[in-house]
Amino acid sequence: MQITVNVNGADHSREVEPRLLLIHFLRDHLGLTGSHWGCDTSNCGACVVWLDETPVKSCTVLAVMADGHRVRTVEGLERHGELDAVQQGFAECHGLQCGFCTPGMMLTARWLLDHHPDPSAEQIRESISGQICRCTGYENIVRSVRWAAEHAAAAREDGGLATEARA
Amino acid sequence: MTAAAGLPSDRMDGAYGPVRRKEDARFIRGQGLFVDDIQRPGMLYGAVLRSPLAHARIVSIDTAAALAHPRVRAVITGQALQHRELAWMPTLSQDVQAVLATDKVRFQGQEVAFVVAEDSYSARDALELIIVEYEPLPAVIDARKALDPAAPVIRDDLAGRLDNHIFDWQAGDQAATDAVFAAADVVVTQDMLYPRSHPAPLETCGIVADMDRVSGKLTVWSTTQAPHVHRTLYALVAGLPEHKIRVISPDIGGGFGNKVPIYPGYLCAVVGSILTGRPVKWVEDRSENLMSTSFARDYHMHGELAASSDGRILGLRARVLADHGAFNGSAQPTKFPAGFFHIFTGSYDLRAAHCTVTGVYTNKAPGGVAYSCSFRITEAVYLVERLVDVLAYELGMDAAELRMKNLLRPEQFPYTCPTGWEYDSGDYPRALQLAMDMAGYPQLRREQAEKRARGEHMGIGISFFTEGVGAGPRRHMDILGLGMADGADLRVHPTGKVVLAISCQTQGQGHETTFAQIVAQELGMSSDDVEVVHGDTDRTPFGLGTYGSRSTPVSGAAAAMVARKVRERARIVGAALLEVGPADLEWENGRWQVRGDRDQAKTIAEIAMAAHSSLELPDGVEGHLDASTVYNPPNLTYPFGAYICVTDVDAGTGEVKIRRFIAVDDCGVRINPMIVEGQIHGGLADGVGMALMQVMAFDADGNCLGGSFMDYLMPTSMECPSWELGQTVTPSPHHPIGAKGVGESATVGSPPAIVNSVLDALRPFGVRHADMPLTPANVWCAIQGHPVRTDLAIP
Repeated sequence: MQITVNVNGADHSREVEPRLLLIHFLRDHLGLTGSHWGCDTSNCGACVVWLDETPVKSCTVLAVMADGHRVRTVEGLERHGELDAVQQGFAECHGLQCGFCTPGMMLTARWLLDHHPDPSAEQIRESISGQICRCTGYENIVRSVRWAAEHAAAAREDGGLATEARA
Repeated sequence: MTAAAGLPSDRMDGAYGPVRRKEDARFIRGQGLFVDDIQRPGMLYGAVLRSPLAHARIVSIDTAAALAHPRVRAVITGQALQHRELAWMPTLSQDVQAVLATDKVRFQGQEVAFVVAEDSYSARDALELIIVEYEPLPAVIDARKALDPAAPVIRDDLAGRLDNHIFDWQAGDQAATDAVFAAADVVVTQDMLYPRSHPAPLETCGIVADMDRVSGKLTVWSTTQAPHVHRTLYALVAGLPEHKIRVISPDIGGGFGNKVPIYPGYLCAVVGSILTGRPVKWVEDRSENLMSTSFARDYHMHGELAASSDGRILGLRARVLADHGAFNGSAQPTKFPAGFFHIFTGSYDLRAAHCTVTGVYTNKAPGGVAYSCSFRITEAVYLVERLVDVLAYELGMDAAELRMKNLLRPEQFPYTCPTGWEYDSGDYPRALQLAMDMAGYPQLRREQAEKRARGEHMGIGISFFTEGVGAGPRRHMDILGLGMADGADLRVHPTGKVVLAISCQTQGQGHETTFAQIVAQELGMSSDDVEVVHGDTDRTPFGLGTYGSRSTPVSGAAAAMVARKVRERARIVGAALLEVGPADLEWENGRWQVRGDRDQAKTIAEIAMAAHSSLELPDGVEGHLDASTVYNPPNLTYPFGAYICVTDVDAGTGEVKIRRFIAVDDCGVRINPMIVEGQIHGGLADGVGMALMQVMAFDADGNCLGGSFMDYLMPTSMECPSWELGQTVTPSPHHPIGAKGVGESATVGSPPAIVNSVLDALRPFGVRHADMPLTPANVWCAIQGHPVRTDLAIP
């Protein structure tokens, strides 16, 4: 089947098998290897990307289902050479170790902050509860997202990141 | 929250401290390079056909239809490998393991055939086209029945093998221990199971194998924690010359021991590349990872503790049945078939101890001794910490008071335990006291009493652990005959920037950052000026790799020692530069300075440029500053810690909620406290999974019931509390920088703390013990007075 998917702002047209999973389309057909595959069963969330405005597990979405839709991956978090506050937060607070779950975690965190700019630790834990990290024990991921919330708030006061976060 | 005793956590010298990680720049941008990210021109894809049965004779394998698939390039069977003498490979424990089965399958998920195709979906399609006829055999699933005379013999491939016995092993003084027990006021005994668990790194195992037909050089990118050992093994197994093999371990998505062994899929991919002349990628799926690769634990333990009536622990005895699966693939030093289990006297001062361990084959996945265990110390600590709580239960004593009474005292170090381990340093009461202070222990006990009066069930569990890590002294320890030493090379460029090449391999531990800090500290420079190279056998010196918490104790020591070599070379050049003798210089504030004269000093960068210049050097001095070293540890290092877990148990549903977890760790000097704390957080979460959620159980036919994350449960952010960490710092006296290693501490120490906490909560029900995992169902059964066997689903 011929599909056209807008990934991180650019249209990509490819001929694909109907059974091709979105994660494999992104990784193997487009070479966007930042999204990872980890479990087959939608448990781990290493493959989380945005389909339009919603985080999805791309191992459970067929590539053809993304035809005509927008996909945002970790490669699309950085804007105009500027790291997203979530990316900075993960580096500042040691929110990653092996880095395998990190892209999915960050995309969920970005979604959370777009909808809840000042989330509690409990809200953060709940938002990432469908994703597995084997290294961090989650504590520093929670701190990373809080860091991003606090710094985004500070930037908003400066008139900086506010429009960026909604872009 | 962090609390400290001994050394304020913010007192950092020089380059040590919570430096942000160098690695993160690529990972937060999605620019890591994991094995599955690697693309090579003309690359093919492999897939493994696995046995659906736990034990069966192979009658026939028909690959014709698979070979006829238009996108298939090769189908490999055990028979084909046999022609190349590659059907079997050595394990890390002097056994052999089938690469592809030739005679029988011996566990569900065993490798039977390998398909190489133009794309990964076609490779999977072709697996469906292979027809295997099996003749089912009765399977040995219950380890406790493996030695029954009527049990089917699993390893009839081994000449003369008439049973499923692998080894008997013992340590300690049996007669002295028996005498202590005979004279003791109190003896408590407890059977307990440390169930089979799986490391389950989020990235599964995989490889890209590329045999260059022209040069004859094999390059593999693989998920390995020990690239140099793998290179040697490929040379020994496949008969390839070792200098024509390059093993690259790129970014690794977690290891936890799972990525120590060589798996059949790796060798199949290598053979696939040799046969097709093209690169072959093979990456296992999650079920393959859980069902076939290196598991952990599976120890059936009978423990006994002898004590005086006032709670003085005198002796310890243990009998262990170890389930090693279908092939004995344990990764551990040759001398120690039960790993370091015999450090089981733990942190206590007792008179005598004796243990026996019997290893058996079963129709389950092979491997063992993986998953952050410091070579079976996880099982040992669990045994003694549970027994101490059982003793407290029987004596009606407080578990903390009982431990405090029996912990080794600081003046006893260096301490040789009854089974011969020499603990290097420790101050145990201080660590336990700090944990109790952080927890507010007396208040917690008061709260518990009030809740009990109201019919609510709150538990307070303690564990104290001592590990021996950093294997190890080569006179005692080797893996497959390879001594456990590690090399380090340090190149100093003319401008003073340096490149450190090390033999260990990060899987998330942050070596690129901490090892740079070690060198920077020794040479008086910024860690920004140190590049760390690792994970590539063509670019790094030989060494045994990263597992058993050995990177900092062994490779970290090598890094410090090679930097000191460079410093001494710099002293000679610096002396020429300053026109004094080397003996006139002192290392002060990160520079070589003329004794007592701060104005007459040179940095390493200044000396490096001089070392590469036309400066006249004394006779016999070569110039340049590069150095290399091999570090052979004189002893293990012995990190320790005190953990307290507070739980709330719903007696109606059996659900356990971890309310608080306090972890005081002493891993000696902390190079990067941020990274150390991250390591501890991760290990604590592992403990939650093992204690409360996960077990690799099997049904009567040998079907693995933990073959996906739907069944084998990983702790999420919802099960994990906000960890409360504390530290004491007792440097290792024999390690060059006093560091001890920490990677596995929390995985070792947390399960007994959690289990002790749950059982403490269940005390009003008269429950003395129940096996992990303490799932709601298992807790509920225990409350009803019927604790269950958690490793089997056999009616």
